[in-house]
Amino acid sequence: MSEATQTDLSSGVAASSSAGGAPTGKGSQFVLGRTAKYALLLFFVIIVLMPVYVLLVTSFKPPADVNPESSWGLPLRWPWESVNGGPTGFDNWITAWDALAPALGRTFLLAIPAALIAAMLGSMNGFVLSRWRFPHASLVFTLILFGMFIPYQAVLTPLVQMKTDLGLPSNISTLLIVHVIYGLPICTLIFRNYYEGIPIELMEASRMDGAGMLRSYASIVLPLSLPGFVVTIIWQFTSAWNDYLFALFLTDVQGGPVSLALNNLAQGAQLANYGAAMAGALIASFPTLLVYIILGKYFIGGLMSGSVKS
Amino acid sequence: MRKGIRNWGPPVLLLAPSLVLVAIFVYGLIFANIQTSMTDRHSLASEGAFVGFQNYVALLTEGRFLHSLLNLVVFTVVFIAGTMIFGFIWAWLLDKGVNAEGVFRSVYLFPMAVSFVASGVVWRWLLNSAEGDRASGLNRMLQTFGLDFLQNSWWNEPIWGMAAIAMPAIWQLSGYIMALFLAGFRGIPDELREAARMDGASEWKLYRHVIFPQLSPIALSALIIVSHMSLKVFDLIMAVTKAIYQTEVPATYMWVALTSNDYAKASAIATVLLIIASLFIIPYLIHTMREEKRSS
Repeated sequence: MSEATQTDLSSGVAASSSAGGAPTGKGSQFVLGRTAKYALLLFFVIIVLMPVYVLLVTSFKPPADVNPESSWGLPLRWPWESVNGGPTGFDNWITAWDALAPALGRTFLLAIPAALIAAMLGSMNGFVLSRWRFPHASLVFTLILFGMFIPYQAVLTPLVQMKTDLGLPSNISTLLIVHVIYGLPICTLIFRNYYEGIPIELMEASRMDGAGMLRSYASIVLPLSLPGFVVTIIWQFTSAWNDYLFALFLTDVQGGPVSLALNNLAQGAQLANYGAAMAGALIASFPTLLVYIILGKYFIGGLMSGSVKS
Repeated sequence: MRKGIRNWGPPVLLLAPSLVLVAIFVYGLIFANIQTSMTDRHSLASEGAFVGFQNYVALLTEGRFLHSLLNLVVFTVVFIAGTMIFGFIWAWLLDKGVNAEGVFRSVYLFPMAVSFVASGVVWRWLLNSAEGDRASGLNRMLQTFGLDFLQNSWWNEPIWGMAAIAMPAIWQLSGYIMALFLAGFRGIPDELREAARMDGASEWKLYRHVIFPQLSPIALSALIIVSHMSLKVFDLIMAVTKAIYQTEVPATYMWVALTSNDYAKASAIATVLLIIASLFIIPYLIHTMREEKRSS
């Protein structure tokens, strides 16, 4: 059953639109079931979106209006109106932006190259491990894959030590190397699964024609790889963007990514400026959410291959 | 021999950069970590003399570490149960055929795209432990619905507070499990269901004898994925409560130990985590490798 993953989800999605109805011929009982089904689904939608509602309304409330009684309510005034000449709702967003902007820039400089480099390496690995196999390729693959399941704590103490010994800086350049390395297993996995879809006969034919491995890769495999690259790059970009663990151990707030800056903003504000913290959470999540909304299908592809494999 | 090199050479060369990196940064560092865990490097100045398993013995007899393990167990159980239940229900509802399925799916899955640090900001607010007049977040919501008796101090409760910490994790990952189960449901051939219905099987029997058995491999993978994520839980706790004793798990304890330069203790805690993780990851990997050999 484990082959029912990546591909089946997308085909399943396509099939579902035709199966959009429901089992027929149950009369009124069926109508009730249908209503109950949608009621349940909507109820869960509300639950899942509840934190987003809180983030949005709180981020637009001036600090003076943030109090327990009205904590679930809509803002009491427009975001540009101030309370007795104090800060406005928009000021939360300005505070948050000022606190996060430099880190946002750094995180792009981190997450984009990390995604591109790891995807390129992953593609080469995936090709060799699935379409240009050599003896014990499965074992080698499994050994690489193990790296994706370890709790990273198991490497962090020596990694911090290594960073100190080599005098590497506490900024995103160090983090970039780390994200490429620990992204390799998942990128290899995604591409390996993806390339399983290329007929092995195509490779054999290419070998017969005397094409070497690199020629076959460059002329047959690479041109077919775009969707694989999209999935991998999205996956890597999102995990590098959202990472907090490596960032905390290896960088500092001055040179680190947005996750550190956000946590600093949220927890540094001892007087509980929840509004600015929540505006910051929205700003910091915006890029990954945008990717998810635009390229959701590929995002799911990455999720699926991160789990079961054929 | 020449043929051997022709077979091995080029592919291994292409793999070489990755292999070297993984060898050093995964296996090499794990080894270095275990090495450190067997020394007495409890401070920056320490030379680090070999002490064997002393650090492990100290850990496993230390109340604080056992407390962090217990916290991890509570968190894991609630986290697994929550994601499996929500994930399954959502997939089941969606599999029945729903208009605008894509919209529901996207909503349920979107928390996956958000970091624990970002969602931690709002969950810290939702799980605010104040009750009564000062209550905000979920406690305030419960009051509004006349459910005052359900108010509690969330993560501030001893031990069961970890169940509250699991809530954001469930929120974040149930959609993932839904996607897995949905793929599972879609992978069940229609003929199989039809045949069962033809035989006059009731809906329950259909699930019991046809659908659940077909889904069990997916459920197993989901279980392994969620448990290994659970072992790693760190960001979420740091974002919601910071590294405090009440919500301490081995991963946050390791951070506390490392920031006080107790390298030996930090690496020993990390090794314990690795061993626990390996207990189910290695069988899983071996299993998948065998499956593969059989199918190829």
